[in-house]
Amino acid sequence: MSNQDFAPILIILGISAAFLYMHFTGASTKAQLWLAALLVVTGLGVLAPSLGLEPPAWWTQTAPVPRIQLGLDLRGGTHLLMQVKLQDAVRNALSRTAEDLKRELASNKVGVKTITLEPAGALLVQLSDSRQGAAFSDLMRGGFPDLEVSRPGSAAPPGSYQLRFTAPAVRQVERNAMDQALETIRNRIDQLGVRETTVAREGTSEILVQLPGIQDPERAKELIGKTAVLEFKLVDDNHNLADALRNGPPPGDEILYGPPGPGGRASYLVEAPVLMTGDAVTDARVRPGGRLEGPYVSVDLDRRGADVFDAVTSQNVGRRLAIVLDHTVYSAPVIKERIPGGRVQITGSFSVDEAHDLAIVLRSGALPAPVTIIEERTVGPSLGRDSIRRGEISFVVGALVVLIFMAVYYDRAGIVADLGLALNILLLLCVMAAMQATLTLPGIAGIVLTLGMSVDANVLVNERMREEVRNGKSPREAVRLGYERAWSAIRDSNISTFVAGLILFQFGTGPVKGFAVTLCVGVLTGLFSCLAVTRAWYDHQIANRRLSALSV
Amino acid sequence: MSLQLIPDDINVDFVGKRRFFVVLSTLINIAALALLLTVGLNYGVDFAGGSVAQLSFKTPTSSAAIRSALAGLELGDVTVQDFGAARREYLVRFEQARNVGSLGTRIRQALERVYGANGAQVLRVETVGAKVGRDLRRDGVEAVVFATIFMGIFIAWRFRRVSLSFGAGAVIALVHDVLVVTGALVLSRLQFDLTTLAALLTVIGYSVHDTIIVSDRIREDAAKRRREPLAEVMNRAINETLSRTILTSGTAVAVLVVLLLLGGPILRPPAFTLLVGFITGTYSSIYIAGPVVLFWEGRTGAHALPSAA
Repeated sequence: MSNQDFAPILIILGISAAFLYMHFTGASTKAQLWLAALLVVTGLGVLAPSLGLEPPAWWTQTAPVPRIQLGLDLRGGTHLLMQVKLQDAVRNALSRTAEDLKRELASNKVGVKTITLEPAGALLVQLSDSRQGAAFSDLMRGGFPDLEVSRPGSAAPPGSYQLRFTAPAVRQVERNAMDQALETIRNRIDQLGVRETTVAREGTSEILVQLPGIQDPERAKELIGKTAVLEFKLVDDNHNLADALRNGPPPGDEILYGPPGPGGRASYLVEAPVLMTGDAVTDARVRPGGRLEGPYVSVDLDRRGADVFDAVTSQNVGRRLAIVLDHTVYSAPVIKERIPGGRVQITGSFSVDEAHDLAIVLRSGALPAPVTIIEERTVGPSLGRDSIRRGEISFVVGALVVLIFMAVYYDRAGIVADLGLALNILLLLCVMAAMQATLTLPGIAGIVLTLGMSVDANVLVNERMREEVRNGKSPREAVRLGYERAWSAIRDSNISTFVAGLILFQFGTGPVKGFAVTLCVGVLTGLFSCLAVTRAWYDHQIANRRLSALSV
Repeated sequence: MSLQLIPDDINVDFVGKRRFFVVLSTLINIAALALLLTVGLNYGVDFAGGSVAQLSFKTPTSSAAIRSALAGLELGDVTVQDFGAARREYLVRFEQARNVGSLGTRIRQALERVYGANGAQVLRVETVGAKVGRDLRRDGVEAVVFATIFMGIFIAWRFRRVSLSFGAGAVIALVHDVLVVTGALVLSRLQFDLTTLAALLTVIGYSVHDTIIVSDRIREDAAKRRREPLAEVMNRAINETLSRTILTSGTAVAVLVVLLLLGGPILRPPAFTLLVGFITGTYSSIYIAGPVVLFWEGRTGAHALPSAA
């Protein structure tokens, strides 16, 4: 929300505060009623866009137009909750650190036999010469403060050390991974061209994605879920692929597969070292290819990437370069000549949509760790419309039952109470619009409860006024005592509901939160309109001596 | 001309009959607890995990036909439930679906083969992972427990000048209402999902609200008539607020009946929860909260309450 978006809510709060000030300092009752009327007009104005009345163009250009957002259960769309595998992010960071460590140890002449990444998330270092332990420890303290060094256990050979990230370092890595994942997913979704999407962090490792109006979420899910780690590796032509498939790859090599096709998946024997990663990609675009090969993706690299690519291609002319995306080999073209300038083509038998999505994920960058979808809700637009229609009918019929009953049962006082109730509904919806709150089915349950409570407030006041009239009190006294005596019960029950709403907001998840918000707002607007404003009306009548007999 | 349903001088002996109702409520509560522990709530996918799809058909069909149309998908345990609309809407639930990713598309394709290109429509697909379901269930239970504890502390504090027993009474009444409502949900086999949970939270709010209104009148009357035995003060307060109690819960029940009749199948579980909850919430303010206060005061030997705030 920008500062300007707060304007409507500040205006509403300002008018309400002015009203309350005058109400409690006993200022002119006429002025109080004028302020209440101003509040009604403002409220209708704020609410109009939510009810489908579009403001004129000159207005939309100068001022914000807040409106009630409908939740996906009402308007249709897709809701996804994805979990980022943070352990993988930590492992990746650890293996990058291992590369730095290797370089640093080599430049300080500390000999290392092996550095291995254990599945539990630790590096196991075996020094070639156990007498270099002191030098190793000094180096670790000076250059790698994020790593904790320990001995792997008494049975381990001398000169072996276990390295793991310190707790703050793990938190830092996880935080960075979440930020990057959020940013990447947001970038990808922006390119889907869906309006009013939500991408938000949920808890420590989850990301919430809401796509209103999407009919077929499959493509979106495919696009969001791609890790998109782009790597360039050399194909090993010195060893036999068939042998490797039978007996496992030779040391330093690995077996990767192509995308599933009609003839099964192609397999490749590639050298394990990564020559270059997708970090160097600055741009990726779809290019229409010839009739036979189909569209391809043209990738631009940054300066450093271009230099690396230049060097790799010039040293390996005649060999095959595997272009690997998420551990799948998309193509492995033969390097015909040195390629300067940093432009690479990724071919493969792509459809236009596939090529387009590949370009999007390459442009938006890789996810720092894989994400999995752990919750998905898709509501079709017709069902949403049906829910809205049924909700509206129920709301109107229910409200009419209450309003007519109050008017019949309490006569004039009932009509005053009805006006208070109507104002409450108006204010509640208008505050929700001003807050740009999202209305969901549970939120509607919250509205029903607060309306029930404000009906109850009026019933309590009116019953008390009846009692006082019966005891022979004058209208003025009956009104005063009616409100005063009903107040303690209304106050206590509303406070408990309000604070319960706050607790629910704290502990609840999505829909329960929506319920809590409507509950808290409804308690405030209910007290305001059903107690303060109706009281001001009675005060005004009494001040002008119009109320000779109380009709309750 | 205004109406009056309850005469001014009504004096029903509520407190005198409390033993009968306390025993009755206890039995109902034990039964509800037993139902909850043995049969259990019919958890929706929100809390149980798994997938659910709501389907609509051009022409009436049967659950057997749908099951056979979806048989080829290998979706594991499938339950099909008629969702009203003259046998043209169904709810299909999958306990555990392999390859959940493209569920909506695969269901649509399977249905198209049997019902024709536009014969069937997938209105809604929801998939919740088992872990998310457990988390949501834990969050829901936490919200209910914290809200209940807070309400008890708040009421005990507000009525501390009268007696701490009001807090205990309100909390026991609240637990009673939650048990009755969940028991009714078990019996009705309605689905317990996030929307139903919101309705249950609403019941908690209403139950405490109603208890406070009655307790407030007891507080007020106790201050006026210090020499009268508490049981009499309480009975008078309940009678004095009876008109309000019946009016408020009556209007609420009327609105909820409207919601139950017009709201459609999606709103049915929450509307049912609210209806049962508002009725038991009103009842428990009189027959649970009151007797608890009386019992507590009888034990501590204070027959008349001290003066109110």
